[in-house]
Amino acid sequence: MSKSPLSIQRLVAVFLAGVLLLDYPLLPLFNGAGTWFGIPSLYAYLFLAWAILVALIAAAVRHRGPP
Amino acid sequence: MLSDRVVIPAALAYLGALFALAYYADRRADRGRSLIANPYIYALSLGVYATAWTFYGSVGRAAANGVGFLPIYLGPTLMMALWWMVMRKIIRISKAHRITSLADFVSSRYGKSALLAGLVTVIAVVGVIPYIALQLKAVSTSYTILVRYPEIAMPAQAAATPIAADTAFWVALVLAAFSILFGTRHLDASERHEGLVAAIALESIVKLVAFLAVGAFVTYGIFDGMGDIFGRAAASARLAPLLAPLAVTGAYSSWAWLMLLSALAIMFLPRQFQVAVVENVDEDHLRKAVWLFPLYMLAINVFVVPIAFGGVLHFGADAVDPDTFVLTLPMARQQPALALLVFIGGLSAATGMVIVETIALSTMVCNDLVMPVLLRLRPLRLAERADLSRLLLAIRRGAIVAVILLGYLYFRLAGDAYALVAIGLISFAAVAQFAPAVLGGIYWKGATRRGALAGLAAGFAVWLYTLLLPSFAKSGWLAGGFLRDGPWGVALLRPHEFLGLTGLDEITHAMLWSMIANVGAYVAVSVLTRPGVAEQAQAARFVDIFRHGSEGLAAHLWKGSASLPELNALLARFLGPARAAAAVAEFAQRRGLSAPAQLAADADFVHFAETALAGAIGGASARIMVAATVNEESLSADEVRAILDEASQLIAYSHQLERKSSELEAATAELRAANARLQELDRMKDDFVSTVTHELRTPLTSIRAFSEILHDNPDLDAAERARFLAIVIKESERLTRLINQVLDLAKLDSGRAEWTVAELDLKEVIDEAISATSQLFRDRNVALDTHFDGNAPRVHADRDRLMQVIINLLSNAVKFVAADSGRVVVALTAGAGELRVSVADNGPGIPVGDQATIFEKFRQAGDTMTAKPHGTGLGLPISRQIIEHFGGRLWVENEAGGGAKFVFALPAGRPADAAA
Repeated sequence: MSKSPLSIQRLVAVFLAGVLLLDYPLLPLFNGAGTWFGIPSLYAYLFLAWAILVALIAAAVRHRGPP
Repeated sequence: MLSDRVVIPAALAYLGALFALAYYADRRADRGRSLIANPYIYALSLGVYATAWTFYGSVGRAAANGVGFLPIYLGPTLMMALWWMVMRKIIRISKAHRITSLADFVSSRYGKSALLAGLVTVIAVVGVIPYIALQLKAVSTSYTILVRYPEIAMPAQAAATPIAADTAFWVALVLAAFSILFGTRHLDASERHEGLVAAIALESIVKLVAFLAVGAFVTYGIFDGMGDIFGRAAASARLAPLLAPLAVTGAYSSWAWLMLLSALAIMFLPRQFQVAVVENVDEDHLRKAVWLFPLYMLAINVFVVPIAFGGVLHFGADAVDPDTFVLTLPMARQQPALALLVFIGGLSAATGMVIVETIALSTMVCNDLVMPVLLRLRPLRLAERADLSRLLLAIRRGAIVAVILLGYLYFRLAGDAYALVAIGLISFAAVAQFAPAVLGGIYWKGATRRGALAGLAAGFAVWLYTLLLPSFAKSGWLAGGFLRDGPWGVALLRPHEFLGLTGLDEITHAMLWSMIANVGAYVAVSVLTRPGVAEQAQAARFVDIFRHGSEGLAAHLWKGSASLPELNALLARFLGPARAAAAVAEFAQRRGLSAPAQLAADADFVHFAETALAGAIGGASARIMVAATVNEESLSADEVRAILDEASQLIAYSHQLERKSSELEAATAELRAANARLQELDRMKDDFVSTVTHELRTPLTSIRAFSEILHDNPDLDAAERARFLAIVIKESERLTRLINQVLDLAKLDSGRAEWTVAELDLKEVIDEAISATSQLFRDRNVALDTHFDGNAPRVHADRDRLMQVIINLLSNAVKFVAADSGRVVVALTAGAGELRVSVADNGPGIPVGDQATIFEKFRQAGDTMTAKPHGTGLGLPISRQIIEHFGGRLWVENEAGGGAKFVFALPAGRPADAAA
């Protein structure tokens, strides 16, 4: 088969994790006055989560499925 | 310093350089050495998503509400995780059907409906026009501001200037000219533009570099790093609320809707479909692009907030439009070179979008809107003209100019009322209407043409009413009461608070209603209507694209008669004679025919002709043309269903067959291996028997010979008689030993040997073995040394058997060393959990090649054909079996200074016994 079900499952898992990370109810937790290294927590968190998500996608597609 | 005499040549030189690159890439492609056939160029070309909206508008949005610009990039990032699944399917389908545009895709899925293709085209054109207006606005604004350098002044309202004096108008004309140059120099059957993609990829780099440069300048040149900007922002009454901006009512729902909206836009914007699907060289490029592209978006957004906050801190409240901060901040700090770079970056962002978007739209307008109409107008007799490719090009060029001018018109009418991002979102909401029809179309076979038509029409209508018309009303082109009180004063119909739904921003509101209408109508009508014959066929080919190549199935679904010359002529008319002939020849070759003339005008050929034609004029038009050329019998719905059922059954059977045959193959391989092993064993047994017989016969022959001599010569003298008798006895002993060993081996092999296991001290056993063989050593005058490890533990083994092994090793050693100078060393060492006994000699050693075979029965080292054998050839195999019986190992290694060293290792004690 041309599909590689394993990496598709991983990618769907990454997608769901991304929806959770980048949306209500996690965002309000960071929408406060605090700062991380001088950067407001919401901005720092969003860019960090974004970078993690990109890394997860890259990791998920790296493994080639059975040919 | 930065007058129009500098800026205009710089801009034109930049566009010219892009065109040169595109030209070069096209030439390379013609020579078969594609410049763009790699995943990095593919990922960069997806960066056409980042337009002037990203370049100028994001900063404006961030200055207004903080993180509000981000969902537009987070949504596509999430979508990228699903692209390997969804986009790969769309690409696979598009390649199989030679689909060249979004309209073509939707219409092909729903039975090649020309009506549907037209509707998609209209939605795409109308929907994208505001987006093009946005680019024109951005370029003309940035130009107008830049040429006033060093003064910073906001441009006047566009509507107030006459058209000839309006920069945006000239920008529109230049962009139209370049779009025509890039996209419609010649007609390409596959609608692929390698040069264009190369240019877009370069533009993606330029705009990223420009934006990062200005971001770094603002953050580290004007201010003292991000911490400084955010620190000052926290102290500013204007910016402090933006540090935690999501506390506003409705912020989270609008956040989520924007993510959804942009996740759909990344797939269904005509230009994204063009670069991601139509221009895709290899679907495996997705594998890298799905993380490179979000990385690109991440990089281009890092400095958005610092620039926005920096601009507000620098210019104060409302003197300068935040949409222009990217440009005005370097200007305010007297950095003309950086300002010019920013202008070029913004120009890259805008031109990339406009060029790709208008080319994609022009393909749609030509193939899916104009051609189907022209082909049906009988008075034009278009279907009979010899070469239509010039007409196709003319239509496309006209479409490009028309679309850009419509964009300009929208800019004049409504451009001033909105910020850049707000204009772009209107377009996003329009193209999101394609999502149900496309995504439903590739996963749900039950979706019908009427369902798709109803869904698209309903969603589009709601979009028109809740977003497009209000944008005119806001600009004063419709009565203001339309927005405030609703049409005819009916409050329930207010476009921004439809049916009294309040508390949502206008995009969220429009998306909510249009998606309800769109998905609702799509699903409801689909389940209420029955798909037509052609639809069922296409549905199966789209949804099951990964299960079958869709080639064979399509041919099954066609009945009728056709003529080869007519079809060839049809192809020549649209593809040009040379390319048509080449395509037909290739098809003939694929079917194993030597000449195109041998082709039969069968279902396969008709399908080939239609697909080839679809590449040039779109699926719907191709269907019309082919239907007009051949005599088709329409299949009944039952026939189609039967064929589809049969096809899917066939597929199921073939999968089963495939599985069975691979199982069979595995079983066969196992059997073959087992058989080979058996044959080997059989051969070994034969060898064994013949060797044993041979070995037995040698002593037997000499016994018999000497016995006969004694028998025939009774008067032999006593000394002679005694010598002969001694030989007979010695040979009998050898015979007995041999028979004993054969029996021994047979017992060991069959596992019937008797073992008397006891705890014993290896040292004693070795001493005993040495004394048993001492006569041999004395006979040949060979020295024997022993090295015993003092505290070697005791082992569990059979004393006699172990003795047998050691005696065997000792007698072998003494046999192979030279008499008088020979030397044998016996050592006993205790290692980790095991005891090792080694017998080393200074003989000739054992060749590496023989080290494994000497443990096989009747094998001896050296050339047994010429040299006299030194033993029975059974000693070592028996020894190894004995040692292995006690869980040990026996092997041989060569000593560094020559000579062989036989070693066996036995486990020290046995855990079970040790406890007792």
